Amino acid sequence: MSLQAMTYLVVGATFALYIGIAIWSRAGTTKEFYVAGAGINPVLNGMATAADWMSAASFISMAGLIAFMGYGGSVFLMGWTGGYVLLAMLLAPYLRKFGKFTVPEFIGDRYYSKAARVVAVICLIVASVTYVIGQMKGIGVAFSRFLEVQYEIGLMIGMGIVFIYAVMGGMKGITYTQIAQYCVLILAYTIPAIFISISLTGNPIPQLGLGSTMTGSEVFLLDRLDEVLRDLGFADYTTNARLSLTNMFAYTFSLMIGTAGLPHVIIRFFTVPKVRDARSTAGWALVFIAILYTTAPSVAAMARLNLIDTIEPTSGDYMVYDERPDWIRNWETTGLLAFEDKNGDGKIQYSADAATNEMVKVDRDIMVLANPEIAGLPNWVIALVAAGGLAAALSTAAGLLLAISSSISHDLLKGIWKPNITEQQELTASRVAMAGAIGVAGYLGYNPPDFAAGTVALAFGLAASSIFPALMMGIFNKRMNKEGAIAGMVAGLSVTLLYVFQHKGIMFVADTAFLGDMSPNWFLGIEPNAFGAIGALVNFAVAYAVSHMTAPPPEHIQHLVEDIRIPSGAGSATGH
Amino acid sequence: MSQHSNYWTANLKLVGLCLAIWFVVSYLFGIILVEQLNTIRIGGYKLGFWFAQQGSIYVFVALIFYYANRVGKLDRKHGVHEDDD
Repeated sequence: MSLQAMTYLVVGATFALYIGIAIWSRAGTTKEFYVAGAGINPVLNGMATAADWMSAASFISMAGLIAFMGYGGSVFLMGWTGGYVLLAMLLAPYLRKFGKFTVPEFIGDRYYSKAARVVAVICLIVASVTYVIGQMKGIGVAFSRFLEVQYEIGLMIGMGIVFIYAVMGGMKGITYTQIAQYCVLILAYTIPAIFISISLTGNPIPQLGLGSTMTGSEVFLLDRLDEVLRDLGFADYTTNARLSLTNMFAYTFSLMIGTAGLPHVIIRFFTVPKVRDARSTAGWALVFIAILYTTAPSVAAMARLNLIDTIEPTSGDYMVYDERPDWIRNWETTGLLAFEDKNGDGKIQYSADAATNEMVKVDRDIMVLANPEIAGLPNWVIALVAAGGLAAALSTAAGLLLAISSSISHDLLKGIWKPNITEQQELTASRVAMAGAIGVAGYLGYNPPDFAAGTVALAFGLAASSIFPALMMGIFNKRMNKEGAIAGMVAGLSVTLLYVFQHKGIMFVADTAFLGDMSPNWFLGIEPNAFGAIGALVNFAVAYAVSHMTAPPPEHIQHLVEDIRIPSGAGSATGH
Repeated sequence: MSQHSNYWTANLKLVGLCLAIWFVVSYLFGIILVEQLNTIRIGGYKLGFWFAQQGSIYVFVALIFYYANRVGKLDRKHGVHEDDD
């Protein structure tokens, strides 16, 4: 069977499975639309959370970025896992005890203020839409490859599928669907990694293979990679820091607290049956996430090595362009991989020197999808990876769209503007909001500000600088009042957004950037993707200062804070 | 109320301990001291690189379960646990 037919078959079969589950458990009432049935145990809920969490950024994009960043790519690995520690210890159990549905609802109640709730909704929408742009990039890459069309067309088709998928599903459908999606995506990620690890090192466990010697040689894989890169003029893989250690520190911190501040992840913890389940659900989610995240470094290093071996099969002897393998031809169709025979010798030189490098474009987001093809794995593996990538992107896009739509229909419309709205109207409003969000994100996805994982990192920075500090202070600082929280959120979000826009363009339209996106213009050498860390510090500082200049929160709020700090007496989540 | 404040103090201490370990394995071993640790090797891995790309993640998982277990005991000790239904 041809690769394309096989891909249609595998992707089609997995989609039929998800849609089947979604229909079987179709959302009936508003409550079910927002939150899954509360009776799901922590292991399964952790698995669903993991699928929700691991998006196109984790699956499609991250290993490709690490492949080209080396040690510097560690920011994604530590950042996107370490946040769960914060979530489990600083937020999840308390938000569960509080017992409402959405993050803005908590902020509105804790800071006894509709204004605070509206500010939280705005922060949430800005972060979530940015996040969906990253997903759209990943979805566009995946569809363009397996339909063998240009990226832009792939993106358009992807938007349509996401819309149908998210509007039909709702959270209840999504929870069971996501368990299925986790299984598909983790198999799709680990199976090729195991194949490749065996072929390069003889060790079937990729995490160990990365630290092993190459098959039939005494040379360690990582040492060989360092050496090959050095010969081509690149920095060593294992020691190549991302700009500076300060930048890496900020980048990691931004991703960690962003993880703990992103609404579509937090929302899952509102609905576990008990406070203690909120803690263990975070643990199980991280177990399932860690399976992929500890495999990713192996995928990254091995993909880079295999790519170089394809372009330069023996040292100093390069690939003849006319004899290039099919996978290269296929990716050239998408416009995401491009070569230019600068010296006209019919061969493709790969080098760190831009003047002589002839592999002129390698979109990092193609690496994971191309990886099994580069390694020459069987067609069914390649098809499975495409299905896994789509599962990752779709599940997260759906979760995010739900967070966006529920914040608009539930927090803004029902909570503030029109309290008397019927359930049916609320549901309709949330579906309209979803369609709008897909349109905006898809439009911006034509020219994304960065590779998928980079774009998602921006979203984390925005969540880190706005939502996380307000939530954390709401629980740990009884004295924090509405003036402080609102000033903090506004300051944190503004500073981060301003920094991002001045380097990446207003609303990510690159032509409108008033300072170039390059390191000499960066504050303390910190890149925009990492700036959420600074934004969060600004948020904390402003909130603290303002709260001490204004009146403390009323008595009943201080009691509320004392109450959410202890697990006993937790009811189930309520909407009102 | 004083019993609750004892619970809260004990909880904060536990969180503090866990976050100290969290900081050490990621920021300290994975970033700040990475060059020094890279002089030590385990198999093909340089140790600092290993912490940044593997080790920190394993520790994070262990930390959450450790915390969930310990704080569960604190809940019971201070009588603030949930009903077992």
